[in-house]
Amino acid sequence: MKVFQRSLKYAMILLLMLTGTVIWASSGDEQHKSTGNPIDTKEEINAYIKHHLQDSHDFTFFTNGETGTHYGFPLPVILWDGGIKTFMSSKFHHGETVAESGGSYYKLYHGKIYKTDADGTITLDDHGHPTNAKPLDFSITKNVVFIILVAVLMFFMFTRMAKSYKGNLMPKGVGRMLEPIILYIRDDIAIPNIGKKNYKKYMGYLLTVFFFVWIINLLGLTPLGVNVTNNIAVTLALALITYFLTTFTANKNYWKHIFWMPDVPVLMKIILAPIELLGTFIKPFALMIRLYANITAGHIVLMSIIGLMFVFKSWIGSPLSFGLAFALALLELLVAALQAYIFTMLSALYFGMAVEEHDDH
Amino acid sequence: MTGLNFVGAGLIVIGAGLGIGRIGGSAMDAIARQPEASGKIQTAMLIAAALIEGIGFAALFAA
Repeated sequence: MKVFQRSLKYAMILLLMLTGTVIWASSGDEQHKSTGNPIDTKEEINAYIKHHLQDSHDFTFFTNGETGTHYGFPLPVILWDGGIKTFMSSKFHHGETVAESGGSYYKLYHGKIYKTDADGTITLDDHGHPTNAKPLDFSITKNVVFIILVAVLMFFMFTRMAKSYKGNLMPKGVGRMLEPIILYIRDDIAIPNIGKKNYKKYMGYLLTVFFFVWIINLLGLTPLGVNVTNNIAVTLALALITYFLTTFTANKNYWKHIFWMPDVPVLMKIILAPIELLGTFIKPFALMIRLYANITAGHIVLMSIIGLMFVFKSWIGSPLSFGLAFALALLELLVAALQAYIFTMLSALYFGMAVEEHDDH
Repeated sequence: MTGLNFVGAGLIVIGAGLGIGRIGGSAMDAIARQPEASGKIQTAMLIAAALIEGIGFAALFAA
């Protein structure tokens, strides 16, 4: 048991150290790509940033730009195209060849899978978007791997903490770090917003979403190349869960306030109803956009400034860019925690509005 | 007409900056008046700042 606790401590120290090497790792990767005159560098940097922010079907650790060999391992691809088809993404060979499975052919184009014929033709329309049919893509991509990894990590952390409560009031090990945070979420986020009567129902979700978003944001800053919250689908899923929780656990007062607001003249009630209804959709929508835009914009700016180091290539410009990038990386650490806190707080606020008892206005 | 994107982005930053600046200013005044309430004021300030930044970023993406 003690060995496990120690190794968990080491794992967390290692995670913190990884966070501290953001700039080194990103610039190490970019060196493979920036060759040639400055115009080439800018385009290389653009392409690198775009590639870095997208999900991918394999796990590439790093690629050797000159020889074109990739070091990493492929992830399974699961498609639904009138039947479940699974194969490893190594059949795609990073988008160069056509994968064949059960009679139909698929090709990887700009990170998405399309259904093609045996030659792998992709027909483009006027704007350059492919017009091939797309099968439903349920594959285990890099983002899915990391979500599962973080889920497993959180499960181990919290069961460890729960077990250490046996027989003593103070936890040992990782619980010592987590307990003040959990108490803060309960006392300063959940109870003031939801009220003492039914905050316990929502504590599970609030705790989960806070730690999940925080850990994922922090992992996005490490050189592992993970960007789960960069993906609007992930933040959409989180916002949808908040929306479903508020809608399905709301009491009569909530719906009354939306459709037929009390103590207001009838004409105003009719005008207010559609606006309030729109409001119930817009609030989770804003949750999704806020998290996605904050993290993505932060990553883009950070990588652009690191890229500036390679565009300048001078004695003055590059160290200044490095200093700016370092300051921005620190800011990103703050933003990671802040966005998790804001998401949790606003979710608690919406839950509180859903279960509010009627008090005399 | 092609550069209007950047003019829009600049306007967004002005709007967000003004909004958050005003909140920060009134938060400072409030803390100066009542230093013992600084915890609650800080929390409220961060919440309002994050909301404004949310709109700012959403608009930046559209621009």
